[in-house]
Amino acid sequence: MKLYLKYFSIHLKSVFQYKTSFLLTAIGQFLVSFNVFLGVYFMFQRFNKVKGFTYSEILLCFSIVLIEFSLAECFARGFDTFSSVIGNGEFDRIMVRPRNEILQVLGSKIEFTRIGRMLQAVIMFVYGVGKSDVTWSMDKVLTVLFMIIGGTVVFTGVFVIYAAFCFFTIEGLEFMNIFTDGAREYGKYPISIYGKRVLQICTFLVPYALVQYYPLLYLLDKSHNRGYILLPLSACFFIIPCYLFWKWGIRHYKSTGS
Amino acid sequence: MIQVEHINKTFKVARRNPGMSEALKTLFHKRYDSVRALDNVSFTIEDGEMVGYIGPNGAGKSSTIKILSGILTPDDGRCLINGRTPWKNRIEHVRDIGVVFGQRSQLWWDVPVIDSFELLRDIYGITEHKFRENLNELVILLNLQEIIKTPARQLSLGQRMRCEIAASLLHSPGILFLDEPTIGLDAVSKIAVRNFILDLNKKHKTTVILTTHDMQDIEALTKRVILIGRGKILMDGNLEDMKKQFGGYKKLILKYSGKGLNLCEGMHMLSNDYSRDEKEQVVNGHAIIELDLDTIQVSEAIARLSSQADLTDISVSGDSIDEVVVKLYKQYEI
Repeated sequence: MKLYLKYFSIHLKSVFQYKTSFLLTAIGQFLVSFNVFLGVYFMFQRFNKVKGFTYSEILLCFSIVLIEFSLAECFARGFDTFSSVIGNGEFDRIMVRPRNEILQVLGSKIEFTRIGRMLQAVIMFVYGVGKSDVTWSMDKVLTVLFMIIGGTVVFTGVFVIYAAFCFFTIEGLEFMNIFTDGAREYGKYPISIYGKRVLQICTFLVPYALVQYYPLLYLLDKSHNRGYILLPLSACFFIIPCYLFWKWGIRHYKSTGS
Repeated sequence: MIQVEHINKTFKVARRNPGMSEALKTLFHKRYDSVRALDNVSFTIEDGEMVGYIGPNGAGKSSTIKILSGILTPDDGRCLINGRTPWKNRIEHVRDIGVVFGQRSQLWWDVPVIDSFELLRDIYGITEHKFRENLNELVILLNLQEIIKTPARQLSLGQRMRCEIAASLLHSPGILFLDEPTIGLDAVSKIAVRNFILDLNKKHKTTVILTTHDMQDIEALTKRVILIGRGKILMDGNLEDMKKQFGGYKKLILKYSGKGLNLCEGMHMLSNDYSRDEKEQVVNGHAIIELDLDTIQVSEAIARLSSQADLTDISVSGDSIDEVVVKLYKQYEI
């Protein structure tokens, strides 16, 4: 953990070297997700509800997913761009250092520019909270916190799987974007609106629903099952198979010619 | 001590013929060829030894280094380095080795070099005292005072390479792998790097394994040479012996004026440029002659040639190590 903070500080130092570039990218990130927000906004100009969810409720849902995703992308960016880490031989470097590879990959890239997206998400969240009529109590706050933790872990897990695939092939991994960027886009709306099948996949295969749909129901008083509060934390177990897959991938690492 | 026994490593390489239709075919069916990168490789290296590991491109040098440093897992075979198997006890193993990849940087690009060094201190868990001591020594020996506060991206290649070497020695490793450490360096930097490695080996008894295409590196640094070609160890021996075996030739470079040169047995004209001066009835020329030392002595050859013409300039050179290696590669057909 101490080492991670060191990595953190060295990335922060790099950011200070390129202030303008940092600001521009962060603003760009902000605008991109603002765009998506506008999409939701205009849709709700026409419809009042989507499958029983109101505008402010959707905003809450969307903003939480966005927070999770930006956190995961900020800290687990090393996995997201792992094909380039392998391609340019940086991974060889990681392997000759006496530390866990996961920690080093995490430390290899920390994307502070995601603060732009984060900011957008937080504004949306505050706006959504103001508009909605959720009565906030301790357990609701905890639910949101757990959602953010669980969601960040799940997205990180997906990034790890993506990275582990890179040990076998570098090409044709675009399909994994369905699970990363795709999940972020679809995550705007509670997963139930996509139908039962999708909900099942997102409950048992890749546990998006555990961090989004079920706790959301509790948050919005649509369900009173208190078990839903802890559900997002259970989604953290998703990281275990991801980790094992990663470990297995490392044994097949081929390195690149030099 | 490094013990390598019967290591094999095979890679799958995707192959296809050129052309669009072939490219489309590979969409559905990809053909893989297995390439034997390492074929039954065995050797032993003692502590404190400096070994040159040479071979043409694609011979398996880098693969070997990568296995020894725990990056790659071989298909089979045994490898023990100070009692540890690199790919099984990776973390303990790499604590004791330093690796310099000449073509890849290990410094963080955008921050001053000293920041990278401090991060390495934390990665390796070097104590502050030890770190200061090593850093001071390296800064003086590699002459880094001026550049240590500059971001790595603004360093010249030679400066960067010196920092790279320092970076891989901060944790005082017992074994140092150098993968083309002098690639692209100018003469001054090259010699600086070589001298440093020599000192390091003398002072700290560091085992050095060096792969390079620069034979001067090998000549300056190592006594023992391991030659690998097409994944097989072809030769493992003393550099001097190797030179003797392949270096039975000398080259005579001379400027002359006179009637012309008449060669005898054991002499072989490699080139001869001359111009004829019609008025004086003499030839002015510049010739390179190869002597086979088994049949003719250098002194004998010079005596014979000087009796035929006025030699205005003369120099004798042995086979350069590069030429020895070319002959070596030829003999083993790699």
